[in-house]
Amino acid sequence: MATVAAVIASTHHPFFYRASTSTGADRPPFADEWVAKIGAFRETLTRARPDVLVMVGSDHFHQIWLDNMPQFLVGKAPAYDGNFYNEEREFGLPRMFVPGHEELSGYLLRQGLDAGFDLAFSNELRIDHSITCPLITLRPETDLPIVPVYTNIFAPPMPQPKRFVQLGQAIRELVESWPSEQRVAIIGTGHLSLELGGPRQFGPHGPDPEFDRKAVEWIASGDLDSALAGVSLDSLWEPGNATHGFMDFMLMMGVAGRNVKADYTDSLDLFHTMEAYFTWYPAGVAK
Amino acid sequence: MSKYLVNKFLYTVDRDPVLVERYRADPRGTVAWWEAEQANLILNCHSGERSTWLAFTGAERDALASHDYVALFGLGAHNFLTLTLFIALFERDYEEPLAFQREYAARLGHWTVPYPDIST
Repeated sequence: MATVAAVIASTHHPFFYRASTSTGADRPPFADEWVAKIGAFRETLTRARPDVLVMVGSDHFHQIWLDNMPQFLVGKAPAYDGNFYNEEREFGLPRMFVPGHEELSGYLLRQGLDAGFDLAFSNELRIDHSITCPLITLRPETDLPIVPVYTNIFAPPMPQPKRFVQLGQAIRELVESWPSEQRVAIIGTGHLSLELGGPRQFGPHGPDPEFDRKAVEWIASGDLDSALAGVSLDSLWEPGNATHGFMDFMLMMGVAGRNVKADYTDSLDLFHTMEAYFTWYPAGVAK
Repeated sequence: MSKYLVNKFLYTVDRDPVLVERYRADPRGTVAWWEAEQANLILNCHSGERSTWLAFTGAERDALASHDYVALFGLGAHNFLTLTLFIALFERDYEEPLAFQREYAARLGHWTVPYPDIST
């Protein structure tokens, strides 16, 4: 059976690429510290020696639209192009190309459907910055095949937070039951408190530092019960109007397991939002 | 009330560099053309396939035609779509990084949670 070599959860800040590649007067004052933190975080994936990456993210109205909106979708394609014109325009992100792992996509779809998750699928998916940003931070070589998993954290009505957790638990079980000798890293990105297009956007910190402090504690300690008790679809509007992206962190807590402490935790208080990085190494996995 | 159609306008303009410039230069004309010619196209279908019922309310049409992102927020347009498109339209007019985004926030400063519902 396949091995889950690492479970990784983080924010996906679209400005990292530009900040880390800028020079001279264009280089923001926080860039060096940010690059150093990303370098250490990247090492947590490298040392797990993965063969395949399952990547959980959320399309930001790039390919997926309100006329046909899946709640959970698995990409099943031999390759994925990455980033869209308006992400190049706003964030300076590069066009990318990533190989796909169709066999594992097919396995997750078939077994996921049979386990009670009515997963949508896509045979031609262009991945956006929710997946390309963690590739840039964690595996910029983009040499490993991926299985993209998209969630709807963006367009109400959305699934309940507990459903994200359940899907994360199912993804963990399914990967561990995949008849393969490959080492799989499961990587997902979301948000802490975040405001986009509202009065609290682009402040000196995230819009709700107290929520961020609690959220980092929940994730780092694997405290799924407190996270589930502490948030609801309604309450997630309060820390910031884009904070439903926290449900992707909850999905990753489901992957990591109830009350399983992260082996690596780091954060960076940036303007606009707090960055947070977590890695778990499943017990007994050689690394 | 046609939040979906307002979002469809923001979405289809934001993804097209020619339309972004056209909307910046001539908002009222672009909105009129788009509502007449584009609003009922079913995206990802054969170009002959159209809906028959989609139209803006007067308030929605006016908000889009006057680049009024504060009014769009009040109408429940999707916050991400509005922000992204308006950054593309106006960030270039500001010298300081993020100056437009901060002005955008300040102009919405009279709002507190709960914000207008963005559900469609």
